[in-house]
Amino acid sequence: MSAAIELREVEKSFGDVAIIRNISLSVTQGERHALIGPNGAGKSTTFNLISGYMAPTSGSVLLRGEVISGLPPYQINRRGLSRSFQVTNVFANMSVWENLRCAVLWATGQRYAFWKNIDKLPDVRDRTAQILADINLTPRRDVPAGLLTYAEQRALEIGITIAGGADVILLDEPTAGMSRAETERAVALIRRLTEGRTLLIVEHDMSVVFGLADRISVLVYGQIIASGTPEEIRGNPKVRQAYLGEEAA
Amino acid sequence: MSQIASRVAPPLPAATEKLNFYGLWLGTAIALLLLPKIFSSGGSLTTFSLIGISIIFSLSYNILLGQTGMLSFGHAVYYGLGGFLVIHSINIIGAHKLPIPLPIIPLIGGLSGLLFAALLGWVSTQRSGTAFAMISLGVAELIASSALILRTFFGGEAGVSANRTKLLKLFGWNFGPQIQIYYLVAAWTLIAVVAMYALTRTPLGRMCNAVRDNPERVQFVGYNPHVVRYLAFCFSGFFAGIAGALAAINFEIANSAYLGAEQSGTVLFATYIGGIGFFIGPIVGAIFVTFLSLGLSDLTQVWQLYFGLIFIAVVLFAPGGITGLLMMHRPLVKAGTLPKMLPSYLIALVPTLAIIAGLILSIEIIVHYTVNPGDDSHIKAFGVGFDAASPYLWTLAVILLIGGFLVARRTWIWVGHAWDDATSVAREKGIAA
Repeated sequence: MSAAIELREVEKSFGDVAIIRNISLSVTQGERHALIGPNGAGKSTTFNLISGYMAPTSGSVLLRGEVISGLPPYQINRRGLSRSFQVTNVFANMSVWENLRCAVLWATGQRYAFWKNIDKLPDVRDRTAQILADINLTPRRDVPAGLLTYAEQRALEIGITIAGGADVILLDEPTAGMSRAETERAVALIRRLTEGRTLLIVEHDMSVVFGLADRISVLVYGQIIASGTPEEIRGNPKVRQAYLGEEAA
Repeated sequence: MSQIASRVAPPLPAATEKLNFYGLWLGTAIALLLLPKIFSSGGSLTTFSLIGISIIFSLSYNILLGQTGMLSFGHAVYYGLGGFLVIHSINIIGAHKLPIPLPIIPLIGGLSGLLFAALLGWVSTQRSGTAFAMISLGVAELIASSALILRTFFGGEAGVSANRTKLLKLFGWNFGPQIQIYYLVAAWTLIAVVAMYALTRTPLGRMCNAVRDNPERVQFVGYNPHVVRYLAFCFSGFFAGIAGALAAINFEIANSAYLGAEQSGTVLFATYIGGIGFFIGPIVGAIFVTFLSLGLSDLTQVWQLYFGLIFIAVVLFAPGGITGLLMMHRPLVKAGTLPKMLPSYLIALVPTLAIIAGLILSIEIIVHYTVNPGDDSHIKAFGVGFDAASPYLWTLAVILLIGGFLVARRTWIWVGHAWDDATSVAREKGIAA
């Protein structure tokens, strides 16, 4: 079986500056994979390369065995890969309901339809309602997304990401800036919503990483220095020195 | 309908709401039908026709600006090309006695607008923001200048004229009298408004809003923002073409002014003043600006200057436009706290009017001395005659301006306090502001 996501010798430079230096990474179908590393290691850039936000300078990205590097983001999304953003990236003037509904439209085959009344599409309505209930924002249904609290916006961000039914989900620091209690709720939410899907997550909070991930890859200065189960990573001396050691110090 | 949707989703409109909704359109149709019975003079019929045309044009512009977040400086291109093609069509149809009646001619204008938008739009809609605005300006200049060069099609300075009465008659109507043109415009206005409203409630319409809010994120929910913008642009061109067609039918002429920067500016002006955030905004703006341009040009020589000042005032103090200002008060009306606002509004009105009076007086005096310095100093503006040479009036203008400003500043603070009180009461009653 081919991997859900595979990066083959991917490099990305901006001018002379190499941000990603030869990454090869494979995430199996149904796995929860965490990408960790110090600030500036290139975690978000890796996400941008996988999701089509940027094209790699060399190397290729594969989704279920098909090359997707070089495709625009919307085509990658249509092939079943969806991502969230580190900085909340929602439709600020539109209500929570409208936000989620926009994220459902393509997946329900509406395309650019201008001859259908959007309120009369039971399919769209059901799925939007389901996601709304899933992310526990039902009481905030009609509030403009820009007026939500930070934690609520993060939940909406995850909701938009999973709404299209993609089976490969990339979450970029979903719990950043959250309190302890909020983080716990968010992790429970992520665990529930990504059940049976492939998850690649960037996270700084080590309790989240070690609690959630099946496998972990450590990215330092644009290179993956280790990849393995949480136990292997915890025991890896290179990782301890380069990353976890810094945390402890 | 599944269980989850019935529990969580917004309720579908009840039968009474639907009845109200269709009743509103029906009521509008009846009102449009009866309007000429109340105001039957030729002048008012012409005014109503111009308003109808302006409503379609402004709403078409708001598909870009308000719905999709694209600021165009060249929307008149599609209005004007619609107008020109319609004039040529009328001439051709008339000459060959083709069995096409006038009422469906605006469709030709719409299709012309659509065609040119489809041709010119693909490149300009690659980006929104500044790039789109600049390209729209460039295209507008290109078309407007070719209007003066390609004389065979655009007729040069004089334009191209046509006789609308020579077409196939329907029910004995030859569309000579203004009343028949009024009904033609009214019918098309209603159709276009309903169609553009319906468009906002489709998957494409909602994705337009999403592109306006966050084109980047749209890409990550499976949509190509370029295609969304392009389709919005095409629809916008279509309805602009219908408006241009009706204008050409109304005046029986199309000339380069139809395509020009001033026309593009006017539609931006009307749409923005009305309010781009609400569907009804451009309708309000079109009515307001049409009346204003007809009324002000009778009252003062420099009416365009006042237009500009009003525009600046709206951009600075009421970015939601007239509709935005009115809609702000909706929670207060619901909570019944609107009367709390009235005293402070009335108090603030006095010094504000003083500023406006002082401003008008200064402008008219300055205009007299800069534009016609040699003329008699007894001038008339806004129906009031006065002596521009009188030092008393100069003093009065200064007192009104400065005194009005000083007092108004105070009173607007009171309005702010009253507003806070009124909205907090509304919020306590659970009505979201």
